[in-house]
Amino acid sequence: MAILDYLLRKRKKSAAVAKERLQIILAREHIDRSGPDYLPELKKDILKVVEKYVAIDYDKIQVTIENDGNCEILELNISLPDSSTVPLTKVRKA
Amino acid sequence: MAKVIVVTSGKGGVGKTTTSASVATGLAKRGYKTVVIDFDVGLRNLDLVMGCERRVVYDFVNVIHGEASLKQALIRDKRLANLDILPASQTRDKEALVKEGVERVLNELRKTHDYIVCDSPAGIETGAVMALYFADEAIVVTNPEVSSVRDSDRILGILSAKSKRALDGDEPIKEHLLITRYDPNRVSAGEMLSIDDIIELLGIPLAGVIPESTSVLQASNSGVPIIHDENSISGLAYQDLVERLLGEEIPIRFITPVKKGLFKRLFGT
Ligand SMILES: Nc1ncnc2c1ncn2[C@@H]1O[C@H](COP(=O)(O)OP(=O)(O)OP(=O)(O)O)[C@@H](O)[C@H]1O
Ligand SMILES: [Mg+2]
Repeated sequence: MAILDYLLRKRKKSAAVAKERLQIILAREHIDRSGPDYLPELKKDILKVVEKYVAIDYDKIQVTIENDGNCEILELNISLPDSSTVPLTKVRKA
Repeated sequence: MAKVIVVTSGKGGVGKTTTSASVATGLAKRGYKTVVIDFDVGLRNLDLVMGCERRVVYDFVNVIHGEASLKQALIRDKRLANLDILPASQTRDKEALVKEGVERVLNELRKTHDYIVCDSPAGIETGAVMALYFADEAIVVTNPEVSSVRDSDRILGILSAKSKRALDGDEPIKEHLLITRYDPNRVSAGEMLSIDDIIELLGIPLAGVIPESTSVLQASNSGVPIIHDENSISGLAYQDLVERLLGEEIPIRFITPVKKGLFKRLFGT
């Protein structure tokens, strides 16, 4: 119904939402890409372990490798959801 | 020096074959000896868009396997004498294209042609990597849509990491952004990513914008590359793209919204 679409025109423009989402997706993928080939696999393995205890999303895990002079530093950053104190069994059932 | 141009995208159905056919035709029209190669093994359709499907006897894989000579497999375009088509094989064996074989064929074509246009299959796997591996330039075909932009970004990553030029440490592949199926009305309504959004996200220079147009389907129905159609805005936009690939600096056309009448606004198109 074009007439309805016209009258109830959505306030938040979807193109702006698309752009925001893409900025986040691409930034994440660039980090994965800039590191060694095993980074995405490493992240998946870490996710498997963490998931045993807390339900989190893949993109909540950030692994970066930085070259600090003559040694490489692997930095692991996991942001837990607010409900992380809830035991996993309950998270899953919910 | 012959140039190898790959037309690639990651995502399927965004307009690679349409673009390959028109770019190759446009380059030939400008007097360059051009060949367009279908790398989409198993899903051959460049021959359909070029309108030469009934003349396919041998294909790319036959040449690689030495079952036919290049001369036997190349199909001369029916309109342009300096344009050849090398069709893809219908074999189901996706691994039929081996790097050494592809390189041998490309090197042979480099001796006889000015431009070699490679129509890549969709995806980011072997087939797509094979199509871009030997490229000097890349046309990255992108629709104004989230998944297409994401996949274009992935292809850019592969161009700069897995191509021959990248692995050899040569001068990087020259990248061109081509936005296709662009609808200025939807952009101005805030429903579609804009040209500037896409340039900002992908960070490569813009070579052209092809508007969405029904004439593209009509052209592919009749097997005539859209660039031949002087009455189609998409055809004219492809002509502009070819000029820019040849180094001409011309403004982007057909990107301002066309005003719809009140009737259309109320009742849709
Ligand atoms: N500018 C355009 N306006 C309208 N339709 C278009 C436009 N460009 C392409 N199309 C249509 O989109 C469809 C897909 O185009 P095409 O086959 O060129 O894409 P492709 O990227 O080669 O697909 P695949 O990944 O399957 O090889 C076709 O039906 C074509 O007619
Ligand atoms: Mg195609």
